[in-house]
Amino acid sequence: MSESQATPVPTEEVLRLQGLRKSYNQHTPLEVEILHGLDLQLRRGELAALVGPSGSGKSTLLNVIGLLDSMTAGELYVLGKPTSSMDDEARTLLRNETIGFVFQFHHLITAFSVLENVLMPLMIRGSKPTPAQTERARSLLRAVGLEQFANKKPNAISGGQQQRVAIARALVTEPALLLADEPTGNLDTHTAGEVFELFRRFNREIGCAVLVVTHDPRLSASCDRTINLVDGHIVSDAANVPRVQAALQ
Amino acid sequence: MRVFDALLVEFRIALRFLSENLSQSLLIISGIGVGAAVIVFITALITGLQANIIEQTLGSQSHIRFTAPDEFNRVAPAPAGTVQLITETKRAQSLQSILNWQELLAALDSQPDLLAVSPLISGPAIASRGVARNSVVLMGMEPERYLQIVGIDESMIAGSFRVGGGNTVIGSELARDLGLALGDKLLVNAGDERATTLQIAGIFSLGVRELDERFVYLDLQEAQALLDLPGGVTVIDATIADLFEANDIAARLRALTSLKTESWMETNGDLLNALSSQSMSTQMIVVFVGMSVAFGIASVLAVSVVQRTREIGILRAMGSRRQQILRVFLLQGGVLGLLGSLAGAAVGYGLVQSFNVFGPKLFFIPIDPWLMPSAIALATVTGVLAAAAPARRAARYDPAVAIRYV
Repeated sequence: MSESQATPVPTEEVLRLQGLRKSYNQHTPLEVEILHGLDLQLRRGELAALVGPSGSGKSTLLNVIGLLDSMTAGELYVLGKPTSSMDDEARTLLRNETIGFVFQFHHLITAFSVLENVLMPLMIRGSKPTPAQTERARSLLRAVGLEQFANKKPNAISGGQQQRVAIARALVTEPALLLADEPTGNLDTHTAGEVFELFRRFNREIGCAVLVVTHDPRLSASCDRTINLVDGHIVSDAANVPRVQAALQ
Repeated sequence: MRVFDALLVEFRIALRFLSENLSQSLLIISGIGVGAAVIVFITALITGLQANIIEQTLGSQSHIRFTAPDEFNRVAPAPAGTVQLITETKRAQSLQSILNWQELLAALDSQPDLLAVSPLISGPAIASRGVARNSVVLMGMEPERYLQIVGIDESMIAGSFRVGGGNTVIGSELARDLGLALGDKLLVNAGDERATTLQIAGIFSLGVRELDERFVYLDLQEAQALLDLPGGVTVIDATIADLFEANDIAARLRALTSLKTESWMETNGDLLNALSSQSMSTQMIVVFVGMSVAFGIASVLAVSVVQRTREIGILRAMGSRRQQILRVFLLQGGVLGLLGSLAGAAVGYGLVQSFNVFGPKLFFIPIDPWLMPSAIALATVTGVLAAAAPARRAARYDPAVAIRYV
């Protein structure tokens, strides 16, 4: 591990997994390993789809990558920083500064307005958002087409709109890595397409790495890369050629 | 500044959480309010009642009484190597003067603990008018000093508190028993042919039958002559600022003067016992009401933590620290306690004022200026403490699990 730490980190690398393992009920008879030594790298500007059957460990992997859950063995580098030995405080700080989340169920905080929800990741840093940050939140809402709902409460807008607010919220800190766990799973096909389009757009505009868990083959095909996870193993990890070609043109 | 800003954010989240569940919050605030109102009212009532009882008791007596030491038999020491067997009869305590009382009075006058000091000669006599007789207690004193100890001039029902030159002031019961009115003559006989006729200059009523029936106030010199103690006094009365220091001050002055001392706390042991039992029961009420308020806050917040599991999860996922989540819920407890007790203190104040205006008017309840602020502070702290368990639970949520909570 010390050898890998000494290796110079490519500047564009956002995420690197080395032999990452995750078990539940460790040191008990019920111990079960979900992720079996995964290696993976994600660069800035990449839009990758994480696919696989239910129970293959996609959500667990996303939680570990998002520093919401700890790994059992191996190493996870976020922006070149090894995270396995970090305490909860350091992981929380790193999560706030570098990672944005979008979940299947939008999870907006209903007690706050749409704009306040977008500003929340900045607010919980413990300081009042600056006018520039508020403007950024507004422009993100504008970008997802919801600026007119800025002062509405989340339960006054539709599910698809709430998911767009959640995307704006995930991007307000300008994260290096955006993680999305079946962000369109709860939406109809048309809305799902619109939401997914937003991921692609922000991925290009902001240049953050995006890792999307999805069951929808159409959506995964429109990503740069598809990582296929089966039973806790990465069985395939390949560029989606047509998309790469389209991007090159 | 940064800490303040951070706390402000947490405070904002706490307030939003409370206002979102408005009916739930109002319900618990009402509950806390009732508790705080009971605490304010009961405390004010009992404090007022106790102050009234103490004032009534001490209105007619001094706080510390100095008297000459008891007389005792002096026994010659037995020669060495012998055993002495004694059959002793206790000596009768004759009326005796405090030795060098003028010097002692001057010394006590200079004591900072004592507010007022007054010499008194007190002894038994028979008062008669025609064929009617009553046993009385002669009270010879200097009015300007004595009135600082017992404000008897405020309890006059006829005439004024004027002694000397053959004038006397008697109690209402004695006046009734002997059929005396202002200006009437009263024959006082202290035994051994020492008798005089006094004119009634004033009649008082202290509201204590024993005193109103027995006390006959007269000039110090006249009493000294009647009681056959020329130039002597039997008692030095004193008042102090802090009533409940009486025992300590009495003990200290006993050592200083070698006199026998008696504090009001010693002579009113039963009263003090009753007062402290009353205080204890008030404290019990405060503790139990406080506990039920705390349980109320804790249960409401416990429910709120469960209701907000997913929101807590998402806050954690966005980068909220555990301490931040903890403080959001502690603040909610504090805010509930504060708002509830503000309302409760207002209601309690209203109840006390209603008691004073519309109640039986047996006594007035004053409100200690510290009572309401301390009740509010106590309720707010109780709120924060009650929130501790739910807040810890919220802070310990595993964000990965909390986000998926349905």
